[in-house]
Amino acid sequence: MCGIVGLFFKRGAATPSLGSLLAGMLSQMRERGPDSTGFALYGDEAPPGAFKVTLRAPDAGYDWAALEGELASSFPLARPVRQHGSHAVFTIGGDPEPVFGRLAQHHPELDIFGLGERIEVFKDVGLPDDVASRFDLVRRAGTHGLGHTRMATESAVTTEHSHPFSTGADLCLVHNGSLSNHNRLRLSLRREGIRFQTDNDTEVAAGYLTWRLRQGMSLTEALEAALTDLDGFYTFAVGTRDGFAILRDPIACKPAVLAETSDWVAMATEYRAIATLPGAAAAEIWEPCPATVYSWHRQ
Amino acid sequence: MVNPNGAHAIAVGLTVPVHVEIKGHVGYYCAGMNAAAEIVVDGHAGTGLAENIMSGSVRVRGNAAQSAAASGRGGLVVIEGDASARCGISMKGVTIVVGGSVGHMSAFMGHAGTLVVRGDAGHDLGDSIYEADIFVAGKVASLGADCVEKEMTPADIDRVAALLGCAQIVADTGRFRRYGSARRLYNFHIDHAAEY
Repeated sequence: MCGIVGLFFKRGAATPSLGSLLAGMLSQMRERGPDSTGFALYGDEAPPGAFKVTLRAPDAGYDWAALEGELASSFPLARPVRQHGSHAVFTIGGDPEPVFGRLAQHHPELDIFGLGERIEVFKDVGLPDDVASRFDLVRRAGTHGLGHTRMATESAVTTEHSHPFSTGADLCLVHNGSLSNHNRLRLSLRREGIRFQTDNDTEVAAGYLTWRLRQGMSLTEALEAALTDLDGFYTFAVGTRDGFAILRDPIACKPAVLAETSDWVAMATEYRAIATLPGAAAAEIWEPCPATVYSWHRQ
Repeated sequence: MVNPNGAHAIAVGLTVPVHVEIKGHVGYYCAGMNAAAEIVVDGHAGTGLAENIMSGSVRVRGNAAQSAAASGRGGLVVIEGDASARCGISMKGVTIVVGGSVGHMSAFMGHAGTLVVRGDAGHDLGDSIYEADIFVAGKVASLGADCVEKEMTPADIDRVAALLGCAQIVADTGRFRRYGSARRLYNFHIDHAAEY
C-alpha cells in the first residue's frame, strides 16, 4: 500500500513546526505502511562551500564522535556532528567525492541517506510515531519535507529499502505504487554513472530523475520523461533544494490528494493526513490529474 | 456527524431508512453498501463513495474522489460537484447523477444502471461497458473500448429529466447525449482481438 506525505511552506525562513506537522501527517498514514517510516527535511543550510550528509550506522550505539574525529583530520568540518542514534548529520567543507571515497574504503558499514546543502534524510523500520520519536522529528524546523510509510511489496523490509531515496544533491523521492521495469532500467542507469545501494524499485526512479537532471533537464521535464520511461503505477512526490513536485501515472492507479492555503501546499495519499494541518478546513482541496506534473518553488 | 477529518468507512452498511448528515470531508468508502438510508455529506468524499450501494440515497455536496458508486446495485448517488476517475466503475444498477464532471474511465465495465453527467467526461468513457446507460451534457474527451454514442430518444430525454429531478440538479435536458455498448465484445471475434 504505502502512504506518502509532503508539506511545503511557501514563504519565510524555516517554519519551526514543520517537523511536528510532518510527524502528524505520517502518524495518520501508519495503517497504510506499518513496515518502515522515513522522512526528508529541508532545514538549515550548510555554510557556503560546505555540504550536509546524513549517514546511517548499523545500530544506534555507533561511535559518531570517533568518526567525527577521524574525518576532521582529513576534511574541514563546518559544524559539529548532530547525532540521532543510528543516524548522524555531518556538515563538511569542500567536495563530497573524496569524503565518499574515504567512507567507502574505511567505513563500508555506513550508508549515505542524504546529501546536499539543505536535505537531511531519516528512515528506519517501525511505525511512524516510533520513528518520529527516535529521530526527534517533532522538534525539527524546515521549509519543506516529505515522508513515507512503507508496506513492502517489491523488496525486503529493511532500513535501506525504506523511502525517501536520494540519489542526487538535495533531491529525494517518495513513491506509492510499484514499478515493473526497474531491473532493466537500473542496468542502463548504472552505465550512465548512477550509483545504487539496493534492489528497490523506487531507488531506480530516484536514480532516473538524477540522471535526467544531470543531462540538463528541469525537474518538470525529467518527470515528464519518466512518464515514458518508467513502467508501473505510481504517485511520486519529489523534494528538491527549494521545491516540491507531484506526479501520478497516466492511469492514476494510486491515490493522491493535494491541498493549498496561502501559507502551504500539502500532498498526501489520504485526506486524513492533510486534515491535521492548521488551516486545512479552509484549504483548496483537489486530486492531481494523471500524467501531469505539479510543482512549487520557493523564491 | 461533524468533523470526520477524512476518516474512512463512515456510515457503511446501514440497513434502516435513517437520515445521516455528515458535516466535513470524509475519507474512503463512505456510505458503502448502503441499503435504505439517506446519507448526505456536506463536504468532499474520498475514494469509493457509496461503493456497492444496494438502495437508499447518498448525496455529496462537494466533490467525490475515484471510483464513486463502484459496483453499486441500486439506489441513487448524487455528486453535486465533480466526480473523479472511474466514477461508476462496474456499476450494477445504481443511478448516479453528477452535477459537475467525471474523470477518465467512468462507467468502466458498467453492467447496468444509469450515469448522468451534467459536466464533461474524461478519456475512455464507458470502456468495456455492458448495459449501463450513460448520459453526458458536456464534452467527452474520448470513448473507451466498445462504447459508442447512441440515439437520444424522447423517452431518454424524459428519463434524464426525471433523474435530474430526483437529484435536484438543474440542467437543459436537450444538451445530453447518450452513450452505451456497441455489443461487439460480448462474444469473442478475432477481428476485435485488439480491443481486449
